[in-house]
Amino acid sequence: MTEPLLRVDRLTKRFGGVVPADAITLTIAPGEVHAVIGPNGAGKTTLIGLLSGEIPPQQGRIHFDGVDITQLPVYRRSRLGLARSFQITSLLAGFTALDNVALAVQAHRGHSFRFWRDARREQRLRDPALAALDRVGLADRAGVRVERLSHGEHRQLEIAMALATQPRLLLLDEPMAGMGPDESAQMVRMLQKLKGDITIMLVEHDMEAVFALADRLTVLVYGRIIASGDPVAVREDAGVRQAYLGEKDSGQGARHG
Amino acid sequence: MSASLEQRSLGAASGTRWTAGTAVTVAVVAALALVPLYTTLTGNAFLLTLFTRVVILAIGAVSLNLIMGYGGMVSFGHAAYLGIGGYAVGILAKEGFGSGYVQWPVAVAASALYALVVGALSLRTRGVYFIMITLAFAQMIYYVAIGLDRYGGDDGLTIYQRSTFGGILDLNNKTVFYYVCFAILLAGIYLVARIVNSRFGLVIQGSRANERRMRAIGFPTFRYKLVCFVIAGALCGLAGALLANHTNFISPAMMHWTRSGDLIVMVVLGGLGTLFGPLIGAVVFLLLEEGLSRLTEYPDLILGPILLCVAIYAHGGIEGLLRGGRRD
Amino acid sequence: MAAPDRSWRLMLYFIEQCLNGVQLGMLLFLLAAGLTLVFGIMDLVNLAHGSLYMLGAYFAATFAVLTGSFVAAVALALIASLIAGMVLEVVAIRRLYERSHLDQVLGTFGLLLFFNEAVRLIWGPAGMTLALPPAMLTAVQIIPGVFYPAYRLVIILAALAVAALLYFVVMRTRLGMLIRAGASNREMVGALGINVKLLYTLVFGLGAALAGFAGVMQAPILTVQIGMGENILILAFVVIIIGGIGSIRGAFVAAIFVGLVETVGRAFLPDMLHRILSTNAAATLGPALSSMSIYMVMAAILVFRPEGLFPAASR
Repeated sequence: MTEPLLRVDRLTKRFGGVVPADAITLTIAPGEVHAVIGPNGAGKTTLIGLLSGEIPPQQGRIHFDGVDITQLPVYRRSRLGLARSFQITSLLAGFTALDNVALAVQAHRGHSFRFWRDARREQRLRDPALAALDRVGLADRAGVRVERLSHGEHRQLEIAMALATQPRLLLLDEPMAGMGPDESAQMVRMLQKLKGDITIMLVEHDMEAVFALADRLTVLVYGRIIASGDPVAVREDAGVRQAYLGEKDSGQGARHG
Repeated sequence: MSASLEQRSLGAASGTRWTAGTAVTVAVVAALALVPLYTTLTGNAFLLTLFTRVVILAIGAVSLNLIMGYGGMVSFGHAAYLGIGGYAVGILAKEGFGSGYVQWPVAVAASALYALVVGALSLRTRGVYFIMITLAFAQMIYYVAIGLDRYGGDDGLTIYQRSTFGGILDLNNKTVFYYVCFAILLAGIYLVARIVNSRFGLVIQGSRANERRMRAIGFPTFRYKLVCFVIAGALCGLAGALLANHTNFISPAMMHWTRSGDLIVMVVLGGLGTLFGPLIGAVVFLLLEEGLSRLTEYPDLILGPILLCVAIYAHGGIEGLLRGGRRD
Repeated sequence: MAAPDRSWRLMLYFIEQCLNGVQLGMLLFLLAAGLTLVFGIMDLVNLAHGSLYMLGAYFAATFAVLTGSFVAAVALALIASLIAGMVLEVVAIRRLYERSHLDQVLGTFGLLLFFNEAVRLIWGPAGMTLALPPAMLTAVQIIPGVFYPAYRLVIILAALAVAALLYFVVMRTRLGMLIRAGASNREMVGALGINVKLLYTLVFGLGAALAGFAGVMQAPILTVQIGMGENILILAFVVIIIGGIGSIRGAFVAAIFVGLVETVGRAFLPDMLHRILSTNAAATLGPALSSMSIYMVMAAILVFRPEGLFPAASR
């Protein structure tokens, strides 16, 4: 039995009267794709915030590859190999796609207290950046300014930036948000190619994508995990159907816009 | 694959384009370089004095542009470093240390130190807080200067001898002094140019664009911003040392908060986050100030509304207007 | 009986300074409340706030000369400040809401320069004075043996009344509800059909009236002069930094705190330094250190609580 890459123990966050994370406990094994689903407001983005380090928990622990990262700030977790993409696109405006990804590479290639040489000419940064862009299918848009990219390309760029940091665990927050069916399918194919190389925690509404990718599935409702395990088993679970899937029973699973 | 792919992707992005903006910049720099020639020929000493002041304050504006234009850190206390640098020179001069080799490094070091302290406390905040806190710290040092009776207090202190450099440079020669300042200005701009495109500079610019993102990819942004803040403070301290030499006088007024406001105006007028913008802004602002005060007894009645209009309507300052486009 | 007499006098002096500190604090509160209200609701940083304070003082001095009555002057000055604030909002301020904070700083800085010059044009470079009615000049006995100028007491009480009124309006009335709602969700307030533009004008006017009131109250104590707004504005900023942006309660607590530190610090620090340091050092450093005291306190607070003591919802 291999040691889980991510172990979350009773992680809790309270916000005024709301409890977006209620004693959340789960593990993610290395190499797996673990999907987290749940209705809007269930606390999925809060969970990512807690795991990435933006939100400090009131209780609970997070262990990443055996290391207790609960108190570590965001950038330290990134250095340890925990990368995230944002649900609402959060890129560096005014820079090209390549610049964005190159900075992600730069963050993990030594320190940046270098004041003289032109960083845009550093092949050690540009080459891996271009490779990351290629991996998500954006290589031919490398020199385009972020403002001129389409929404779908933004979502791809989000992933490229996360990949460029050579993560061991990728936290993807609704990577397919706002994408049309073709773009989503493309994204799913791309993520399938990553499977096995990188461990992924995928928060998504798109059920087709979830069932195409997930090795395990966790359902989050009102900050609490109500089911976790094999995707098919979870889908059949009566409690889950009632709480979540059952509300929008349209047969093959609903997809949110 | 990588090199050619990148070249194809980047397309025609590189290479200097001769735009109106570039032409104006070259013209302004050339004109500034020729000022002493002109004033020697026409005997107009006042013009040399005026433009020396322009050049010195332009150095201050260049340093502020580094943190404000490229780094997004709006500091309303930058004049403090003009004061610290100036007072370093003045105090050392009064205590018998007239050598520039001692005064100027002390001016730079003292400014860097104050920037380190202020930055460490202020950079944990952002936005309006940051503006107000930097203002407060500048006000603090202003009051300290007023309280320094030994060094003139509110009335200020005359410096009888400009910084000496062991016979290599005679700063009492106004033309020599002008070119020293001009050289430092150009060196400062070059330094900023190298910094902003370096690894460090990209981190700073990235933090301005989206700090949350930068942290998410693994940058401890605070320490980079702090170092940038210190560099800017140090450069402005040097400008302060030059200013003290220029006026042969130091007083708390050098770091009055309206001086900080003036520096901000210069940077914004010229175009935030451009290399020569602060220089153009300094020229425009100071000439405007000078011109208006000759025109009327109440120059701020015109200057004030001009600043208001720039704030409301101008996108990207003068450089932006010349580029005909929006600020990034 | 020299010793007990001296310590009694010292005690009296301390009480007097504390009261002065509270009085300064009240004034700072009036200014900070206006600033924080405008910032909290319109997301606008206004450097010209001190100009409104100055205008209030000038209005009061002028109306006193015109009407001969102190009370009438105060009332008229308040109305004039309110109107001036609303006019300013309509003519200039509202165009800055959509701009960045930097642009707002730049624009209101321009306004500040303009007002200082305009005042110089209209009222001349020399200051003005505002005379108090004889009744206010007496010293009132607050505790047996302790006398305090009546007017300063009036300021404290008046400001407390305004603070209470402000609390009542913001917390208990529909207008206050709108103000608080506006602070957290502008689009929603607009979508409810409420005239957001009018709301903003009123809020800004309210802020101006508060600033003007502070200026009016302060006028008889200090000279009414150009640039009087700037120094106190920066102290008001310190109050907001310590108290937390957007929090009126924070502004109240912080204002009293800052007022006390400023006043008591300046009064007692030079003396204390004389005991600790040599005469020379104390003479050189004394005045400098006492003016630094409030900023040092601010710095200390920032180390532990960068968001202030009572930060409102994050912006």
